[in-house]
Amino acid sequence: MADQHVQTLPPNLEKATLEGKNKYLGFWLFLGGETILFASLFGTYLGLRGSLNGGPGPSDLFHLPLVFIMTMILLTSSLTSVFAIISMKKGNYKGLLTWMTVTVLLGAAFLGFEIYEFVEYVEHDLGFTTSAFGSAFYTLVGTHGAHVAFGIAWITTLIIRYRKSGLTLTNAPKFYVAVLYWHFIDVVWVFIFSVVYLMGIGG
Amino acid sequence: MSYAKAQSKSAVWDWLTTVDHKKIGIMYLVAGAFFFALGGFEAILMRIQLMFPEASFLPAQTFNELLTMHGTTMIFLAAMPILFGLMNYIVPLQIGARDVAFPFLNSLGFWLFLFGGILLNLSWFFGGAPDAGWTAYVPLSSEYSGTGIDYYVLGLQISGAGTLIGGINFLVTIINMRAPGMSMMRMPLFTWSTFVASTLILFAFPALTIGLLLLMLERIFGATYFAVHAGGNVVIWQHLFWIFGHPEVYILILPAFGIFSEIISTFSKKRLFGYSAMVFATLLIGFLGFMVWAHHMFTVGMGPIANSIFAVATMAIAVPTGIKIFNWLFTMMGGRIQFTTANLFALGFIPSFVMGGVTGVMLATSAANYQFHDTYFVVAHFHYVIIGGVVLGIFGGAFYWWPRMFGYKLDEKLGKIFFWMFLFGFHLTFFVQHFLGLMGMPRRVASYLDGQGLNDMNFISTIGAFLMGVAFIIFVVNIFVSMKNRETSGDPWDGRTLEWTIPSPTPEYNFAQTPLVRDVDAYWHEKYEGDGKMKAAEPLGDIHMPNGSILPVIISIGLFISSFGFIYREHGVIWVAILGLAITFGAMFVRSIKEDHGYHIPVEEIKNDKGGK
Repeated sequence: MADQHVQTLPPNLEKATLEGKNKYLGFWLFLGGETILFASLFGTYLGLRGSLNGGPGPSDLFHLPLVFIMTMILLTSSLTSVFAIISMKKGNYKGLLTWMTVTVLLGAAFLGFEIYEFVEYVEHDLGFTTSAFGSAFYTLVGTHGAHVAFGIAWITTLIIRYRKSGLTLTNAPKFYVAVLYWHFIDVVWVFIFSVVYLMGIGG
Repeated sequence: MSYAKAQSKSAVWDWLTTVDHKKIGIMYLVAGAFFFALGGFEAILMRIQLMFPEASFLPAQTFNELLTMHGTTMIFLAAMPILFGLMNYIVPLQIGARDVAFPFLNSLGFWLFLFGGILLNLSWFFGGAPDAGWTAYVPLSSEYSGTGIDYYVLGLQISGAGTLIGGINFLVTIINMRAPGMSMMRMPLFTWSTFVASTLILFAFPALTIGLLLLMLERIFGATYFAVHAGGNVVIWQHLFWIFGHPEVYILILPAFGIFSEIISTFSKKRLFGYSAMVFATLLIGFLGFMVWAHHMFTVGMGPIANSIFAVATMAIAVPTGIKIFNWLFTMMGGRIQFTTANLFALGFIPSFVMGGVTGVMLATSAANYQFHDTYFVVAHFHYVIIGGVVLGIFGGAFYWWPRMFGYKLDEKLGKIFFWMFLFGFHLTFFVQHFLGLMGMPRRVASYLDGQGLNDMNFISTIGAFLMGVAFIIFVVNIFVSMKNRETSGDPWDGRTLEWTIPSPTPEYNFAQTPLVRDVDAYWHEKYEGDGKMKAAEPLGDIHMPNGSILPVIISIGLFISSFGFIYREHGVIWVAILGLAITFGAMFVRSIKEDHGYHIPVEEIKNDKGGK
């Protein structure tokens, strides 16, 4: 089955149809808008990160080991999503599904750590309403977490919906833009890691 | 769905589920015109209150609600949707496309806008409309306002999402869907300005989304971004709002510039003077539009360096705008000018808009701005650019494209009465407001004292507002009176661009054969260099069409329902919010897992259409 597909499907499957091309471009543009969305949150956070209102601050709370593990998990999930796309380009549909599943599992692990982290901070008296720093921190990191959660739900839906269909001109762009999205939330996390955690502990 | 099934839908179901850019465009126009009338009515109520000093026609609270809703309605629910309507209908036709890139999302964008607008206006009936101005500055909006602000936040959030979707759709449509030969530098100026305005939407609206999100979280969940007592900072809201808000005014004016470029070129019977300079100026205005937001905040205390930078950047925008003004004048120079109603609007626009531009440069002078800030001078300025630019553009565009969209011409005689009455009323209303402002009358006040020399000009201003109101009624009458003037020709103005090459009424597939574009002003080129007909870029064949869908309506209704749960959270109805979101995400899920490949219009039907015309 898979071998036949390689022969009949065109290269660059995700952009082979006009619909796919539109999706691909439209999604890139959407990510441009998302960049401004997160930039606004980063700006707000930077403006408020010193306003502790008597509550705990970044250096009281952040533990680099935990954040390092989370970063590694998310970066690895980006890598596995690349493997998924490489499989897709080779026409290996099973490989695509497998690597996407691994990506989702890593994303879920990341999300688990983030929930654990938030619970921990709340126990250390940093509530959402404690201080302007608390509000800005939970909003920025929480919005990222919500994006991860949405990504997990989205990719899981794709995997289940197309578990038996094989690679088609319709589902290839869908997987491709989902992976674009996944890379994007990974990049945003790199900025959160630097701006929120490293700058919070170091400077 | 088969072709026959697609044809047999009932009219109501057809309009609810349509993904046809032309029908969506018309729905935008109708909804936008309704909100325009509403916003105008609110303005007239305010002007009646200000007609005489110390009047008691309206209580101050109602006045505050009216001024907030007037601004919010006119910007978000009238001007933008009407422009979106024109873009939706015209841009695909101008680039030789059968539809937009994302027909489903196009429909979703419309319904989100409509339900957001309805939500916002329902506030009048449930505890009072928002009353903190269209800018909703904190802490007034976060700590001292009632549920009206919740309606504002959620209504704008929903309609803003629709706008963002619309913007991305136009961008992809213009980049990917152009007919063969239609290079970027052959695109009509209206398409170009739609492209730049959509880029601005893409990069400006997310800042508003975050601003509204923060305000919502602050009001609903007690966050403290803006609460000074907890270390918050109120200026963050102002930055976020104006990072969106300033590009927003260019989102409005650039499409109007595009409309005027089409009209002036068509009715001067000349190619647009300095086409590439016009394109470049549009791009430059779009770019500079992001660099000047803090000129709304000169008196906040940013310091002289920041104020100077933003002042100079703001004045720089006058340069590309001046390029455009001169190019329009040079287009007319030596042309065979026809004074149709559409062209009158374009001619009236040039001096009116220049006056608004001049006061804009005055306001950009940051030192002088301390005197002008929050006075009627500002009110006069932005009404000169928005009415003198955007609204005249919308009316000009309506008269110009009316035969294309509705199959009949608006009556020229009534149109000219409308134009002169509107223009006269507009200048009467707002010209005197410059002086009211210079004399120190603050904006957003419900009344003023007698004996301060403000009486006469306020009275004159109100008379002007009445004139504009009457003029608009004449326009509405014109729409119905003119219906009998059926226009059978697809090209009533001797047009230059692709939208005039198709028969009237516009077939649902737009172009039976995709046209081949050989020059700027493609149709004009064929008229004078070719045989007057577009060359086809493909053989006649079956045409693929997307299926309609009710899901956009359901997604929008879900968010609409959910908003009430958030607004009345204190009454323990948070489950309503969850239910609404479940409906929305459920509908999105259905959309995601259901593959929908559309249907084909058989080639015989297309031949029948052609024969019938």
